[in-house]
Amino acid sequence: MSFFAVENLGVRFGGVVAVDGVSFSVQQGEVYTIIGPNGAGKTTIFNLIGLIYPPTSGRILFEDREVTGAPHHVAQRGIARTFQNIELFEHATVLQNLLIGRHRHRTTNLFEELLFLPSVRRAEIAQREAVERVIDLLDLAHYRDSLVAGLPYGIRKVIELGRALATEPKLVLLDEPSSGLNPDETDDMAFWIEDIQKELGITVLMVEHDMNLVSRVSDRVLALNEGKVIAEGTPEQVQSHPAVIEAYLGGGE
Amino acid sequence: MRFIFKTEYAQDIRLFQHGGQVFWYGLLLVLALAAPYLVSGYVLTQLHFVLIYAIVGFGLMLLVGYTGQISLGHAAFLATGAYTEALLQGAGVPFFISLTCAALFSAAVGVIVGLPALRLKGIYLAIATFAFNIIIEEIITRWEHVTGGNSGKLLKPIEIFGYRLGSQESFYYLCLALTVLCCLALINLLRSPTGRAFVAIRDSEVSASCMGINLAYYKTVSFSISAALTGIGGALYAHKVGFISPEQFTLIQSIELVTIVIIGGVGSLHGAVLGAAFIIMLPQAIAIAKGWLPETIPQAGLQSVVFGLILVGFIIFEPYGLYGRWLKIRTYFDVFPFYRRGTFRRQRSYLRSERLR
Amino acid sequence: MFSQFLQLFLAGVAQGCVYALVALGFVLIYKATETVNFAQGDLMMLGAFVALTASTILGWPYWATILFAVIVMAAVGMLIERIVIRPVLGLPTFTVVMITIGIGYILRGVVTMVPGWGTETYALKTPFGDSVLRFGGAVLAIEQLATIALTAALCLVLYLFFRYAKLGVAMQATSQNQLAAYYMGIPVRRVNMLIWGLAAAVAAFGGILLAPIAFVHSNMGFIGLKAFPAAVVGGFGSVPGAVVGGLIIGVVEALSGFYLPEGFKDIAAYVVVLVVLLFMPSGIFGETARKKV
Repeated sequence: MSFFAVENLGVRFGGVVAVDGVSFSVQQGEVYTIIGPNGAGKTTIFNLIGLIYPPTSGRILFEDREVTGAPHHVAQRGIARTFQNIELFEHATVLQNLLIGRHRHRTTNLFEELLFLPSVRRAEIAQREAVERVIDLLDLAHYRDSLVAGLPYGIRKVIELGRALATEPKLVLLDEPSSGLNPDETDDMAFWIEDIQKELGITVLMVEHDMNLVSRVSDRVLALNEGKVIAEGTPEQVQSHPAVIEAYLGGGE
Repeated sequence: MRFIFKTEYAQDIRLFQHGGQVFWYGLLLVLALAAPYLVSGYVLTQLHFVLIYAIVGFGLMLLVGYTGQISLGHAAFLATGAYTEALLQGAGVPFFISLTCAALFSAAVGVIVGLPALRLKGIYLAIATFAFNIIIEEIITRWEHVTGGNSGKLLKPIEIFGYRLGSQESFYYLCLALTVLCCLALINLLRSPTGRAFVAIRDSEVSASCMGINLAYYKTVSFSISAALTGIGGALYAHKVGFISPEQFTLIQSIELVTIVIIGGVGSLHGAVLGAAFIIMLPQAIAIAKGWLPETIPQAGLQSVVFGLILVGFIIFEPYGLYGRWLKIRTYFDVFPFYRRGTFRRQRSYLRSERLR
Repeated sequence: MFSQFLQLFLAGVAQGCVYALVALGFVLIYKATETVNFAQGDLMMLGAFVALTASTILGWPYWATILFAVIVMAAVGMLIERIVIRPVLGLPTFTVVMITIGIGYILRGVVTMVPGWGTETYALKTPFGDSVLRFGGAVLAIEQLATIALTAALCLVLYLFFRYAKLGVAMQATSQNQLAAYYMGIPVRRVNMLIWGLAAAVAAFGGILLAPIAFVHSNMGFIGLKAFPAAVVGGFGSVPGAVVGGLIIGVVEALSGFYLPEGFKDIAAYVVVLVVLLFMPSGIFGETARKKV
């Protein structure tokens, strides 16, 4: 059984072909990174996996079943994601953001909630316990009750990650986790990605530009350019691949 | 300055954060219960309106303040609640059943009106809601043999288990009880996963759905609960004024309801009550002020201008409404002398791509 | 039968021209500042009153009153933008919509308080009077034909303005990308102010054309609510769409007033807009935009 696979995925927006016949598969428990210059279609692939818009060709398979429907179905299957430009819930606290991440694990229905029956109270406490584990892992205790709106960029990236982890996913899609972070914060991020993989057993599919981070945490790498796959393999293999060098550096001397 | 040191999850979940809150809200409850003995008969009748509009305000606040949708047509739900109550009472149905039916019917209409919300945002949703309002108003006017058309419908005083609620005091206690119940139900909703889902939809629909929140379902739920609350308010309103007709439920009424939310402060239940109180007081205040102005100015014109000025003024100077002003004052004293003027500054988004949600 | 239909159709087109003008004004504002101006109908009303004053109290001829009203309202529009709208640029759409609703209230209230205007209904004298044109059995009012002709003329003028005049091109630029317009040296805030002035002037023009049909009174602006369905049908944000949408709404209304049972005429526009919103929200000429994540 394949864990996660994308077959011949393609999408066009008007006349622009953003993603063209991309295929790859991710094995359970690995860290798989997609690299490529800006505009190569990396985030578009994430949006396609998340069913934010439909592909014009190809399909997505998760645990041998096709991924179709609406974005919330994707989350309910156990796939979580972070956003490149941070889509947090600005007017809620960090804790509430993480609790919203727990949404797919809720057990109560509308009527129970209106009356706030003891079952609802118990469910709330269970959710909060689960969220505390994430807060512990990511060191967010200090910010638990702060409104997201006032927090610095580096912390928000971490909250974005925390929210994805709070959903207890099987596969997490990280969109440029280190963008905008300083070297210290990037180090932390690298440790967390390793923790996610080894301690939490979550498979990671990542888009990244920082080649150090990529080499450090990735098991395999896929290189994209102009919507097409140009190389796949271990980080060393891909980084020394001639097509990749040309795409990034624009041709040899 | 008060620090709340939390040691249990239950503290987060509880209704009241600390003893001080229990004291103040308890005092408020005592005052509310004692009101008929403390204020004049006229003020009591105005309090009826404040409570009724507070319930409606809760409904609209849920939809606009907590789920981030827009409704410029909420008077339609006021109408559905009012007419359902009038018709069922006329048929001899007991009050609590007719009230429940008013709420349920309004909720059902809310589901229909909420259908556009599943695909539309912003101005499109606003236009769809007021289009519904105008259409529903027209249906009520034309469907004469059911609603009495422009001749309207009369209501009798409420009877609960044979006891006739004829007096101002008894009606007041009924309204108070319903207001408190609605408030509690809403608070319960807001501190549970459904309430968080609403807030998520308000702040970022895309990431809400990526977190597993079914947008269509929750938007519909929000619309129908909002409509149900407004329907309850409508049923009480019908009894309060005793006579209902289509022209009480127009777009103008809808805009007044939205103003309650804005003046009170978007995003807080306190705001609904404060806004309702303000809107009820306003005509009285204008009438009093008119005494100092020349004779020739018509009341309607002055009311219109003042209303408009207050709306514009609040949005420009007090964007967080009355409750927000109270919060600012309290924060000032809480953190004295470290209060910064920028603490509550709103974020502005100038790029089109940021605004399209 | 046909002559009846033609009469109705023409009446619908004439009414539709008025809707088109109001819709045009607020699509202009929407395109430039993404503000939805719920007070557009009330600006139309104020324009009609200004024209009325020029006509009855000052006794000026028709064409002079049009010019006068247009200029005065342009000034009013610019003033509103400067004082009320500019402080709230950048705030969420809903907030700005509520401000414009507030402005509408103020305008209506002020009009009722002005001595000589008040809450009375007035008639505006036009040089067309009651003359009619007979065409194939149908009786067509000259007034209606004039409305259509004048609207078409205005649309032509606006088209040429946006295409060839420097200011018109600048307005197009600011409506597409404010930041880029700033970089190109366009004084964006001043241009926005002028756009409000233009929109108010167009509304005033519409008010004058509407006056013979609806008479001049302080609640005349509510007809402007129908401009919303017009703008939606045509495609919000599209100037030709506003005109086309207005004509469509006008014709649908006129026809449903005759061929459908009573009461449908009043809600026809709103039923149309709901249908359009459900099946084709971007309207005829509009474009949907989506947030980029």
